[in-house]
Amino acid sequence: MRGRVAELELRRPRSLREALDALRDDPELVPLAGATDLYVSLNFGTLEGRRFLDLWPLRILRRITEKDDVLSIGALATYTAMIRSRAVRTRLPMLVAASREVGGVQIQNRGTLGGNVANASPAADTLPVLAAVDATVVLASRAGERRVPITRFYTGYRATVKRSDELIAAIEIPRVEGEQYFRKVGTRAAQAISKVVMAAVRGATPRIALGSVAPTVVRLPQTEKALSDGAAIDDAVRLLESEIEPIDDVRSTAEYRRRVAGNLLRECFATRASA
Amino acid sequence: MHLTVNGAEWELAIHPMKRLLDVLREDCGLTGTKEGCGEGECGACTVLVDDAPVCACLIPVAQVSDCRIITIEGLGDDHPLQRAFMDEVGAQCGSCTPGMIMAAVALGAKPSLQRIRTGLAGNLCRCTGYEAIYRAVRRAAQTSERGSNVESEIASP
Repeated sequence: MRGRVAELELRRPRSLREALDALRDDPELVPLAGATDLYVSLNFGTLEGRRFLDLWPLRILRRITEKDDVLSIGALATYTAMIRSRAVRTRLPMLVAASREVGGVQIQNRGTLGGNVANASPAADTLPVLAAVDATVVLASRAGERRVPITRFYTGYRATVKRSDELIAAIEIPRVEGEQYFRKVGTRAAQAISKVVMAAVRGATPRIALGSVAPTVVRLPQTEKALSDGAAIDDAVRLLESEIEPIDDVRSTAEYRRRVAGNLLRECFATRASA
Repeated sequence: MHLTVNGAEWELAIHPMKRLLDVLREDCGLTGTKEGCGEGECGACTVLVDDAPVCACLIPVAQVSDCRIITIEGLGDDHPLQRAFMDEVGAQCGSCTPGMIMAAVALGAKPSLQRIRTGLAGNLCRCTGYEAIYRAVRRAAQTSERGSNVESEIASP
C-alpha cells in the first residue's frame, strides 16, 4: 500500500460518553466505523484527518429498533445487519435492496449506514432511500442531541451540517405509506459505484430522490407535485430533467445520466400515471 | 496486541492501524491471503472474522483484536473446496483463489447457484469467467458430508 499508517492514530473509547468527550476535546478527531473508505482515501492521498476515533466496539450504536411509528437504525448498523433485520425488511424493503447492492458481501459486513451518511458521497446508495422517506439524522454530542432532516443535512458536495464535536448516533425513519422503488444503475451489479441511483415511493404523495445527479442527494419536489396532480409521464420526465444537474465524470456523462434518470421515473411511475 | 488466527493466539507489538492483511502476511507469516487491489474491490484478501467474510486490506488490526480470524491456512491442506477447485479447474493464475475459497466457505451447506453468485460477487477473477468456480463450489457442497460449516471445517490448530 502507498499510504503510511505509522502517521495515523487510533483512539478506542469504551463508551459512547467517552467517545463524545473525546470529540469535544479534539476537533480534529475523525469518527471511524467499518473503515471501508479509510485505506482507500489514505492511498489516494485524500484522507482527511490523522487521528481517528474507533466507534466499531460501541454496541449501543448498532441497535435497530421500532418505537411507535419510528424505525431507528443505529449509525453502526452494517448493511448485513439491515438486510437481516425483520424491522427493516418489513418497513423499508428498499433499504434492504440498496444494502444488497453495496459492494459485495465483504463490504456489506463492514460498511455502516452512519458511515454512508457521514461520508456524504453524492453517489451513496442508501441516501436516496433516506431522502425519499424523509429520514432524520440524529446527532449526538456532549452539548446534547439534535435532529436534522436528511435533505437539510447536506449543504454541498461532501459537506454536511455536522459539527466536529458531533457524532451521527442513528437514523430515524417515519412510517412509509405507499409502494417502495429502488434502482441503482451502474457498470455491473456488484462492486460498482452508481451512475444514477433512484429511490421512490408510489402512492397518494409520490416521493422521488436521486443520487449521482447533483452535488448532493436530491429530492424532486416539482416532479413529485406534478405526478401527484396527475401529470402525464412525459411532462413529469421533462420536469425531472430540469430538477437535476448531472455532470460528466469518470463513471458516466451528464447526457446519459439525464436520460437514465428519466427512464427510471418512467419505469417507476408510468403504469400508475397512465392508469 | 492480541490476535486469534486459525485458533492460535498471537501477542504482537504492532501499530493499531496496520492493516489486518499486512499483519497476517508480515507478522504472522501467513502469506496465503493475497493482496489484489488493496481497496476492497477484488476480494482476493478475504478472510473470516467471527465467521463473516471481510476484506483484510480494509481492516485496522485493532478492530479485530477480540475476534476469531480464519485464513485460508486455517482450512488445512485437504479441504473439499480446495479439491473441488482443482478438479473443476476453478483456479488458473491463483491470485483470487484463497479469497474465493474463504468467501465460499461462508456460504453455508449446499448453497444454491444464486446464493453462490451473490456470495462471490465481491470476488473478482480475471481468468476463469467464474463458471468453473461456481461448479467447484457446488461440487464441494456435494462431496462434503460435513457441509460448509465453518466451525467443523477449520483444521485443529
